[in-house]
Amino acid sequence: MLPLLAVLILGVAWEGAVLVFEIPVYMFPALSVIWSEFLTNVGLVAGHTVATLGTVMGGFALSIAISVPLAVLIASSPLMANAIYPLLVLTQSVPKVALAPILVVVLGAGEVPRLVVTFLVAFFPLVTSLATGLLTTPADLIELGRSYKATWWQELVRIRFPSSVPFMFNGLKLAITFAVVGATVGEFVAADKGLGYQIMAATAFFNTPAAFGALVILSLLGIVLFQAVVIIEKVFFSWSTPMEADLQ
Amino acid sequence: MQALLEVSLAIERNEFVSIVGPSGCGKSTLLRLIAGLIGPSSGKVTIDGSAIDGPRRDVGVVFQAPTLLPWANVLDNVLFPLKILHRLAPDSPAKGRELLRLVGLSDFERKMPSELSGGMQQRTSICRALITDPDILLMDEPFGALDALTREEMSLELLRIWQEQPKTIFFVTHSVPEAVLLADRVCVMTARPGRIIEIIDVPLPRPRSYEQESLQEFQNCAKRIRQHIFGDAAASARTGAA
Repeated sequence: MLPLLAVLILGVAWEGAVLVFEIPVYMFPALSVIWSEFLTNVGLVAGHTVATLGTVMGGFALSIAISVPLAVLIASSPLMANAIYPLLVLTQSVPKVALAPILVVVLGAGEVPRLVVTFLVAFFPLVTSLATGLLTTPADLIELGRSYKATWWQELVRIRFPSSVPFMFNGLKLAITFAVVGATVGEFVAADKGLGYQIMAATAFFNTPAAFGALVILSLLGIVLFQAVVIIEKVFFSWSTPMEADLQ
Repeated sequence: MQALLEVSLAIERNEFVSIVGPSGCGKSTLLRLIAGLIGPSSGKVTIDGSAIDGPRRDVGVVFQAPTLLPWANVLDNVLFPLKILHRLAPDSPAKGRELLRLVGLSDFERKMPSELSGGMQQRTSICRALITDPDILLMDEPFGALDALTREEMSLELLRIWQEQPKTIFFVTHSVPEAVLLADRVCVMTARPGRIIEIIDVPLPRPRSYEQESLQEFQNCAKRIRQHIFGDAAASARTGAA
C-alpha cells in the first residue's frame, strides 16, 4: 500500500507543481498531458513498442547464443579464461553510445547494428555469471560424476549446467534489463521506428509529452521483461529459488 | 606430499573391512585409490588381479556428504549413475524403488533432497551406490555427519543390506565402536605418514547388534584399536571412563 501511496503523492505533486508554476508544456508536461498525448497516438506508440521489443528480444537471444559457449570456454581451462577475459573487459570498456554510430557505418543502417549494440550492452553479465556458476559447481558433485566415468559432455550437461542455473538466471535478469538500454541506444543512433527513435523525434520538435510517454513505456518494458525472467525461473527451475519448505 | 607409506592390505570377496584411524592418516586417500579417483605414486592396487586404472563399474562409492543433485528428486538421484553409464532400462525405476524400500524411503521418491533429513539423504546416496549392483562398496565416513542415534540405526541398516546383498565393503570411519560392530576385520591406521599398524579380526558372531558392545571380545577389539591410536595409558583411561 505504502509504495502505491508514495507514487500517488508524487503524481499529485507533479501535476500541482506544473499547474502552480505554469511550467511550459515543452519543458515539463503535466502527467495529464502525457496521458492524453499517449491516448491520441496509442496506435503509433504500440508500433514503436513492438519495434523496440523486437530489438530487445533479438539482442537478448543473441546474448544467450554467444554467452553460453563463451562461458563454457572460459570454464574449460585457466588458459582459456586468461585469453578470453581481457577481450571481454575490452568490449565493456568501450562506451557503447560512442560505438553505435561507428557500427552503423560499418554494418549499415538496418536492424543489425541495433542488435549488435544491444548484444554488446547485455551479454557481459550473462557470460561472467554463467562462467562463475560452471566453475563453482561443488567439487563433490564433480567427483560423483568422475566416479562413474562421466564424459566431459555428461559432466557439463548433467552436473555443471544444472548446478549453474541460479547463476545463469542472475545473469539473465541483468541481461534483459541491459538489453532494453542497449536497444534504446541503438535506436537513438539509427532507426526509423522504436521508442528510442520516438524520443529523439519528439524532442527534436519539442513534443515533450510524447517523449515522456515513450520513456514511461521503456521503463515498464524493462520491469515486465525482468519479471518474465523471474517467473520463468520460478516455474521451470524451482529448485534454484528457495522453496516453501525452506521458509516454513 | 606422501599421504600413505607402504600400505599392504588384501580384502576377500564379500568381506566387510573397516578402516579406522585419526584425521590425516590417509584413510580417504586409500579409499580414493581403490575407487580409481586417484592413482598411486608407487605400488599398485588391484581388483581380481587387474590393476585399477580408473573408476570401475563394479565399484560403488558412498561419500561422507550425501552429494545428491539438488535439482533432482530422490528417485532420479538414485538412478543418476545408470543415466551416466547409459544403462537406464525400462525396469530401472522399479529397481530404484526396491532399493528405496530397502532403506525405508518408499514414500519419498518424489521428494527433493532439500526436503529430507540428513539420515534420509545419506540413505538415498547409499541406494544410488547400490543401483549399479557393485561387487565392491567403498564408504568414506558415510555416517560421520549424522547424529549418534541415526548413526547407530544406519549402521545396523547397512548390515541388513549387506546380509541381503552380499558384497565386499570397505568402510572408512573414525568411530571405534562402529568399526568393530560392522566389520569382519578392522584395519587400524596411524598418521604422518599414513600406514596400517595392525589388522584386527573381530570374532563377534553375526547378526551383530549394539548389545554386543558389552561383550569381552568387543571390549578387547576396541581397546586394542585405541591403544594403537592413542597409546597405552590414554587408551585404558578412555576405556575406564566409558
